[in-house]
Amino acid sequence: MRGIVKRFPGVIAVDGANLEVQQGEIHALLGENGAGKTSLMNVLYGIYYPDEGEIWLDGQSVTINSPQDAIRLGIGMIHQHFRLVQNHSVAENVVLGLKEDFLFPERKARAQILALSEKYGIKVDPKARIWQLSAGEQQRVGILQALYRGAKILIMDEPTSMLTPGEVAELLHVLRRMTAEGYTVIFITHKLEEVIAASDRVTVMRHGKSIATLETAQTTQRELAQLMVGRDVLFQLDKQPVQAGDVILKVEGLNVLSDKRLPAVVDFGLEVRAGEIFGIAGVSGNGQRELVEAIAGLRPISGGRIFVNGADVTTTTPRTRIGHGVGLVPGERWMALVPNMSVADNMILKNYTRPPIGRGPFLDQEAIDAYTDRLIREYAILTPGRHTPIKMLSGGNIQRALLAREISEKPALLIVAQPSSGLDVGATETIWQLLLAERERGTAILLISDNLKETLSLSDRAAVIFEGQMMGQFRAKEADMEQISLMMAGALRLDRGERLA
Amino acid sequence: MSIPRIRFEKRLSVPRWLPAASLIVALVLAMLTIAVIFYLLGVDPIVAFQRIFRGGFGSRFGLQETVTKSIPLLLIGVGLALAFRGRVYNIGAEGQLLIGAIFATGMQRVFPNWPAYLLLPAMFVAGAVGGALWAAIPALLKARFRIDEVLTSLMLVYVASEAVKYLVYGPWRGADTRGFPITDEFPAAAQIPSLASARIHYPTLILALLFAVLLYFLLARTKLGYEVRVTGENPEASRYAGVNYQKVALFVMVISGGLAGLAGMGEVAGIHYRLRPPEALSPGYGFTAIIVAWLARLNPLATILSAFLLGGLLVGGDAIQIALSLPAATVQIFNGVILLFVIAAELFNQYRLRLEV
Repeated sequence: MRGIVKRFPGVIAVDGANLEVQQGEIHALLGENGAGKTSLMNVLYGIYYPDEGEIWLDGQSVTINSPQDAIRLGIGMIHQHFRLVQNHSVAENVVLGLKEDFLFPERKARAQILALSEKYGIKVDPKARIWQLSAGEQQRVGILQALYRGAKILIMDEPTSMLTPGEVAELLHVLRRMTAEGYTVIFITHKLEEVIAASDRVTVMRHGKSIATLETAQTTQRELAQLMVGRDVLFQLDKQPVQAGDVILKVEGLNVLSDKRLPAVVDFGLEVRAGEIFGIAGVSGNGQRELVEAIAGLRPISGGRIFVNGADVTTTTPRTRIGHGVGLVPGERWMALVPNMSVADNMILKNYTRPPIGRGPFLDQEAIDAYTDRLIREYAILTPGRHTPIKMLSGGNIQRALLAREISEKPALLIVAQPSSGLDVGATETIWQLLLAERERGTAILLISDNLKETLSLSDRAAVIFEGQMMGQFRAKEADMEQISLMMAGALRLDRGERLA
Repeated sequence: MSIPRIRFEKRLSVPRWLPAASLIVALVLAMLTIAVIFYLLGVDPIVAFQRIFRGGFGSRFGLQETVTKSIPLLLIGVGLALAFRGRVYNIGAEGQLLIGAIFATGMQRVFPNWPAYLLLPAMFVAGAVGGALWAAIPALLKARFRIDEVLTSLMLVYVASEAVKYLVYGPWRGADTRGFPITDEFPAAAQIPSLASARIHYPTLILALLFAVLLYFLLARTKLGYEVRVTGENPEASRYAGVNYQKVALFVMVISGGLAGLAGMGEVAGIHYRLRPPEALSPGYGFTAIIVAWLARLNPLATILSAFLLGGLLVGGDAIQIALSLPAATVQIFNGVILLFVIAAELFNQYRLRLEV
């Protein structure tokens, strides 16, 4: 794949990426969430059509318009979330969509499935129904489906994310046997240890670009981590010294489960003081989202305590925590906004319950308009008007509007995740200025970002999270990039209280 | 060589004129489809449409009947518009109507000697409570056990229907009905007054119009209405803002059920003056009202217009069934076709088609 570009409205998902995969290898595609890995593979599988670039297969230029085209060319994809019919049998799923026989070729299909599974050690019962199978078994059905369709190149999107460690080992075994037979595997991941354990070569992606392709045997987790997150120079921000005040947020021994009911945050503890920015660095998908949602009360926790301003809010509702002064700008912005509703309706999402906006059971339209106009003016939000649906605004203005709303609530604690993701340099700068002004006002800010540059530039203190665990805390000024990279890769853990020199 | 393909792309912006235009196009396409059905039934479509229009809107009698039938459609349609705005899909208004009818009938059986100024309001309240309670069952199942309200509310229609049948065939069958499965006629004090020479029971109509305005105001200008809108548009954001989802779901369900119950009261005490078997009581008002709500794009004020329109269609449909000897299901087919096109048109408000070569 050469010079692939895929644009979406407002974002460039893939920005001139190159990928070269050799027959018979396991090729890892490594990058953070949003680095463009899955988009690039969706181009290869015909789900997206690239805006620019070309695809070559066995020395020939090919056009892939749809997954059918891809399958015809021998490319198969196994999605992160298996797309199988739950009530059908394994055999029925494997032959689903094939047109060669009019009647269901049950016996033929079963025989072929058994032959394939024997050859590559893919253990699965063709007669079993999908809903009876574990995630690992369902994935094997996905592999069989691709093989049955004659795939020679297998794309696997985050293949291990739903698997138990035992299933991961088994999967790797299967993939090895397949590559030995001449099959080619491309797997998408953001987990460094998997790259090292499973791949022959690895291509690292960042911000839609392919950064490097390396022989796995000749690289290290540390080098990969650095390539993945980048090593940009830190911005010199005009940061006033602020004397940190009382502890506003205190988290003790927090344990949170992910949507898949696996541990996402493990025995996590931290303190954030008034007037300080506490940053959490880490490769995305290491529990950041769950941590944020748990603190905001949007996700049940399985252990630990959360205090805001000294009050135990562990078991309280999101609204109670809002009442305690917890503001949240989530990484997924649309979780905190209503796209089809007007700017005004979005601005009052937090304060519609109380005067001057909410009076008794009613909303005061004049107060809403005045309040919205004030925010639009003070935060220089570019919008055609207060009644414009907020989804029509540019990404930077949407983020500014969201931040304006949360800041106007005068929070004691402001949680901000991925504040600059998807924004251009100018928009990023204004967002950062707003956060720093908030810090000077004495707000405790918990900053979660995949962007290490951002975390280190803004924070007073920072920590690294890896697989939901606190790997170490340090003063941002004294940050040692090498040690941080190691912590992000899970290769270094500092004891409590120990500080990087 | 590649074949041109059609792709759906999410619209970045929705032009102001688009929703109205897509609605009109949907109605035109629905009419064309119905015309084809007429043609296949061996009826000249133009004649048929003329007859429908004349039947529903073309005469004094037709208009009176149209208004009469739009009363339950409006009451229920307004409530459903509210529920659907909150993304709560109450499909069982028909059942809530029937339970409302049972409760209202029960009220006049318990207090047959009350004067009209006490009995009628009491019956309206009973009807509303009956419908609301019936709707609360799927609402609670949804809030408590996350059971899909579409299924439960729909299935409860049949339970309600059997309940009405049981009563009119059994304990409530009238003494002087010559064996017909109906109750005795309500006493005069339990009959809603109508306009002279028409079946328009105007107190119910006034109530319906009042609720249309009230719910419009509720959605636009109250905290609760705002919570309904936010929850319907983006449930995640409503959770984020601390909105109590269960409260919102229960509220919209109970209101829409209560309004359907009022409609049931209107039918037994304003039209029939008796409780009758379900199919005689309502030609599926609860289902037709779903179209009323969607046709109005879930705007309670606009349901006034769409209820009137579909009321006319019901009357006109009846007229051509008799005049052109068409099957009894003709009106249902209309309704189905219209709903299909109106809902399909919604897609084009959010997506646009692109032809790729």
